[in-house]
Amino acid sequence: MNDMTTTSLQQSEFKIVGTRPARPDGVDKVTGRAKFGADLYLANMLVGKVLRSPHAHARIKSIDTAKALALPGVKAVITAADFGDLPSEFIPAGEMMVNFKDMTRNVMAREKALYEGHAVAAVAATSEAIANKALKLIRVDYEVLPHVMDVVQAMEADAPLLHEDMYTINVEPRPAKPSNIAKRVEFALGDIAAGFAKADIVVEREFTTQPVHQGYIEPHACVASVSEDGQAELWCTTQGQFIVRSFCAKLLGMEVSKLRVTASEIGGGFGGKTVVYVEPLALALSRKACQPVKMVMSRVEVFQASGPTSGAKVWVKMGATRDGKITAAEAVLKYQAGAFQGSPIQPGCMCAFAPYDLENVKVVGFDIVTNRPKVAAYRAPGGPISEYGVESVVDELAQKLKLDPIELRLKNAAKEGTKAAYGPKFGPIGLVQTLEAARAHPHYKVPLKANQGRGVASGFWFNIGGETCAALNLGEDGSVTLVAGTPDIGGSRASLAMMAAEELGIALEHVRPVIGDTSALGFNFLTGGSRVTFSSGMAVIEAARDMIGQLRERAAKIWEIDLKDVTWQGGYARAVRDPAKKPLSLADLANTMGKTGGPIVGNAAINAQGAGPSLATHIVDVEVDPETGKTTVLRYTAIQDAGRAIHPSYVEGQMQGGAAQGIGWALNEEYIYDAKGHLANPGFLDYRIPVCSDLPMIDTVIVEVPNPRHPYGVRGVGETPIVPPMAAVSNAVSNATGIRFTELPLSPPRVLKAIEAKGASA
Amino acid sequence: MARVVLSGALKRLAGGASQVEVEAGDVRQLIRALGIKYPALAPHLDDGYAIAIDGEIFQDAWFAPINQDSEVHFIPAIRGG
Amino acid sequence: MAKQHVSTTVNGEPVEFLCAPEQTLLDVLRDELHLTGSKEGCATGDCGACSVTLDGRLVCSCLVLGAEVGGRKIETIEGMAKGDELHPLQKKFIEHAALQCGICTPGVLIAAKSLLERNPDPSETEVRYWLAGNLCRCTGYDKIVRAVMDAAADMRSA
Repeated sequence: MNDMTTTSLQQSEFKIVGTRPARPDGVDKVTGRAKFGADLYLANMLVGKVLRSPHAHARIKSIDTAKALALPGVKAVITAADFGDLPSEFIPAGEMMVNFKDMTRNVMAREKALYEGHAVAAVAATSEAIANKALKLIRVDYEVLPHVMDVVQAMEADAPLLHEDMYTINVEPRPAKPSNIAKRVEFALGDIAAGFAKADIVVEREFTTQPVHQGYIEPHACVASVSEDGQAELWCTTQGQFIVRSFCAKLLGMEVSKLRVTASEIGGGFGGKTVVYVEPLALALSRKACQPVKMVMSRVEVFQASGPTSGAKVWVKMGATRDGKITAAEAVLKYQAGAFQGSPIQPGCMCAFAPYDLENVKVVGFDIVTNRPKVAAYRAPGGPISEYGVESVVDELAQKLKLDPIELRLKNAAKEGTKAAYGPKFGPIGLVQTLEAARAHPHYKVPLKANQGRGVASGFWFNIGGETCAALNLGEDGSVTLVAGTPDIGGSRASLAMMAAEELGIALEHVRPVIGDTSALGFNFLTGGSRVTFSSGMAVIEAARDMIGQLRERAAKIWEIDLKDVTWQGGYARAVRDPAKKPLSLADLANTMGKTGGPIVGNAAINAQGAGPSLATHIVDVEVDPETGKTTVLRYTAIQDAGRAIHPSYVEGQMQGGAAQGIGWALNEEYIYDAKGHLANPGFLDYRIPVCSDLPMIDTVIVEVPNPRHPYGVRGVGETPIVPPMAAVSNAVSNATGIRFTELPLSPPRVLKAIEAKGASA
Repeated sequence: MARVVLSGALKRLAGGASQVEVEAGDVRQLIRALGIKYPALAPHLDDGYAIAIDGEIFQDAWFAPINQDSEVHFIPAIRGG
Repeated sequence: MAKQHVSTTVNGEPVEFLCAPEQTLLDVLRDELHLTGSKEGCATGDCGACSVTLDGRLVCSCLVLGAEVGGRKIETIEGMAKGDELHPLQKKFIEHAALQCGICTPGVLIAAKSLLERNPDPSETEVRYWLAGNLCRCTGYDKIVRAVMDAAADMRSA
């Protein structure tokens, strides 16, 4: 356990935290020097390519790879037969519970192909052209099966069955027949019937959301090199090099220490790079060929076979008294998991009503498989979907009660001591502060014109801690190399270096942060759950304190005085009882460290606990064109509790980026499948993420309610910003048109249809 | 004795008990004690759940201290993206 | 088919390469010349991560064939800084935190430079429409637009 809260610096004492220095990797990234997943080239390197299922659901009767293997230039061909089968059990793999039976089948189809784009074989060849030619020579005999894409249809008794051994868990009695419903979950508090009985007004709605892709611009990419004796190197774009090592070692039957994984610079992840796709295939191909193998997914492959997050049906019912006290809240959530179980249904259920102080709550959730790619985490996984439904209903309640939507939220807002709808009591949280900041913001007072509407929504996300290491290596000149084990996805090298410099009392320029490979540090959980500035920050601060302890010891020895008479202050060791002794700087102590006891390394290896939730409130103004149904975002303001903003520019960046992704989810993004289960829009032209001309400036307000469990008060900030936008935008469009929308995306045809239907009925 | 609040699947496996008093000084002791009291719970408690002790969420923390008057909740482990 | 020999100019330097008929300029830059600053995000001209200029004109290098560029002038992100002096846009992107993951940054910078060469005083709307072909999934574009406007102001007063 680490308890560092007692020595926290006060805000006024910070010299570096809260400033906006240049990021240490900035120059590399503006000059093209930074090396991303696809940017590594090795001598003798082969190109790996994947053969993917053209069918949404098909039994694989046989695969004949002989002709492909015989093609000159082809060095290896693999299928599921090259991976050992693994049992169906959820086992811990680096802090995640993973069913490796499913994972090995997702990276390479075994008995059945379960979605269009599911990998069925892979080849490594001396050129891309030869690899592509070889793929065409592989003969797969498929028995095409009926497929199911829709979550409600997948739940029906006669739906095509994806897994013959899937029996819904958590229902009594155990179902007699298998189904596509992997599990049922339930969270309840108080007495829901009594709560609704007290309500003067009840709003009940069913919402539909589409699966959306994380949309990172960098496709999955890696280079694997396995030597003849089984030692392996893997370079890849990932949110967690240690997780990739765990997964790949298990899938390939390797010892963990035989595999060294280096995280390249990562070109966006948003949760989508917390799993493996091509990495185990490249290792298996390289193991066969004994040559390095590079694999890079195409954008079509990214859309067909990676990500997305769940599409869902969300039913919400809430009741309130005339004066705006919410008396009961109920929801049923049906989340698509894709081809294998494991949608974010549990956090979806827990987040649904988390922003509110409620006595009577019931949430039931279902995890449902369909013939789509297996979902991957996406920024606050599960939260945005359920909270979209809830925040839409809260808006409608406010409308019917003739209350300001911020006022209604303030009347019911969760605060410190509130019993969360999922059980425990909250520590200090900042929802009320974000709501008050929203109400006071000039944006909230701007008058609206015809066809314009304003929407407000709040959002909650947990944040996590987890296993984390950091090392600070003191150079002989007094400069410091910081080694962290969490890939830097949005500026964390800057925030970590700032915390190290702050703690050591030295200038930021003397700290060089690098992301270590899996041999550089002990185990680190991945970059996700908004945990890096919190957990790696906590580890860096602890490592700095470890180093300071050693520096004080060396100074005490040099001065021949007691350790307790040496302090570390402002980058110097000082002899408190003898001011005549010239303070020793970090450089002074580094110069002599060989003579005073050897190298000085500050270390920390922790399991960071005490992550504090981050809450946000967003305001958006839109204009809806009644002729076309097109929605234009006029103005957007995101307000969020960051606990403590280490580098405010990158906190704002998270808020703006999350808002933009949420606007895309709200207005445009969706997968379009044809009747055969083929994806019709696997590219950025037709899967339309927001472009620069779609958006206005995104104003930000950072609220700071420090997290008492972090030495500097940090909360994670990365995920919460994607929670409010869908409801905020939908509420704004509803207010602009006078039509209550319950289906995403609010694309022009859908909005236009509703406007025309309203006109026809008027 | 710490008060453990069970819900959902865990409540069902504990024969419908929603609140249980357990003598435990830390998380591992609590998991053991619960497993002895409700053998059906035993295989489920150690993995896949986070544990909120007086509101603070712990994941994978056997030795996080639990006080005599602590309120403990088992909630599904959070991962994040 | 036999590979083709091409002589061209990249970032002011004479360059020769052999390329297969189907190789794009992006493939050539990355796989043959190892100038990996230009990125492949889509290979269909939708994301702009591979933006370069060809005789001063902004193009997606994934939509140009390597065999087409003989005798032409190609500018990539690797040629944007002069010696140890970053281009004002590069400086402003760092100063304004206009990048998070950085994968789109080379393409955005090349596109922005191309805009400012044509229009030294663009409005916010003009910046937004010019950069509409460069996808960024991290920033929400706010800080990118501010950095471009600020760099333009600096370059005008220089």
